[in-house]
Amino acid sequence: MVLSAADKSNVKAAFGKIGGHAEEYGAEALERMFITYPQTKTYFPHFDLGKGSAQVKGHGKKVAAALVEAANHIDDIAGALSKLSDLHAQKLRVDPVNFKLLGQCFLVVVAAHNPALLTPEVHASLDKFLCAVGTVLTAKYR
Amino acid sequence: MVHWTAEEKQLITGLWGKVNVEECGAEALARLLIVYPWTQRFFDNFGNLSSPTAIVGNPKVQGHGKKVLTSFGEAIKNLDNLKGTYSKLSELHCDKLHVDPENFRLLGDILVIVLAAHFSKDFTPACQATWQKLVGLVAHALARKYH
Repeated sequence: MVLSAADKSNVKAAFGKIGGHAEEYGAEALERMFITYPQTKTYFPHFDLGKGSAQVKGHGKKVAAALVEAANHIDDIAGALSKLSDLHAQKLRVDPVNFKLLGQCFLVVVAAHNPALLTPEVHASLDKFLCAVGTVLTAKYR
Repeated sequence: MVHWTAEEKQLITGLWGKVNVEECGAEALARLLIVYPWTQRFFDNFGNLSSPTAIVGNPKVQGHGKKVLTSFGEAIKNLDNLKGTYSKLSELHCDKLHVDPENFRLLGDILVIVLAAHFSKDFTPACQATWQKLVGLVAHALARKYH
C-alpha cells in the first residue's frame, strides 16, 4: 500500500485544516478507543482513564504530535517515526491490531468535528496514512 | 446470547430515527468502494466506478446502498435476534454472492464514520461504542452461516 501524490497532498491539507485542534483530537480519539474497545485499556494500567483525565489528554497530545510529524515528513514516515518505532518494538509492544482501532477512532473524531473536511477522497487518504503509520510503528516487531 | 442495556437500545433506536436511510446507505456504500477499492470486485455490473465522483453519482451504488441500510433497519427492529434476522442473508452472501465476511466489518466501520459526520457532537463516545458493537454483531450474524 503506497501513498500517492494525491494522498500525500490530501493528508497534508487535512492536517493543515485540523491545525491546533490536533492535540484535542488525539485525546478524544484515545477516549473513544478506551470506551469502544475496552481491551485497549490493558496497555494503560498505570493511567487514570476516567473522563477528562489529564493523563489521557497528555497522551493524546503525544499521539497527535506523532501524526503531525508523520504528515510533515510524509515522504519518509519510517524515518520520521524511527525512534517511536523502536520504542513500540522494544518496550511498548502494543499488538498491531490496536493501531487500526485507534485509526478508526481518529477518523470518527475528524468526522464528528469536521464533516466537511472528510470527503470520500480525504477519508481514503487519511485511512491509508493511518495504516502506513501503524505499519511503521510495528515494522521492527520481528 | 447478545445483551443490550436499555441505554444501548436507546442510543441505537434514538439515532436511527433520525437517519435518512437512502442517503446514508448510498454514502456508506460509496465510501466503502472508494476507501477500500478492492471491494469493487463484487460490483462489476454496476457500470462506472472509475473515480470517487463516478462512484458517488452512480445510481446503482445509491440504490444498493439504500437496500443494504434498509436491511440494517430490520436488524435494529430485532436487536435480540440478529442471528435469526440475518440467517437467510448469511446463506446468500456465502453461497451465491461469495463475499468475504471481512467486507461486513469494513462496511460497519465506514457506517460508523458516516454517522459521526452526520451527527457530529451527538455521536458521543457512548454512542460510537454502541454502534461499533452493533455493526460488529451484524457482521458476525452475516458470517454465521458460512461454510
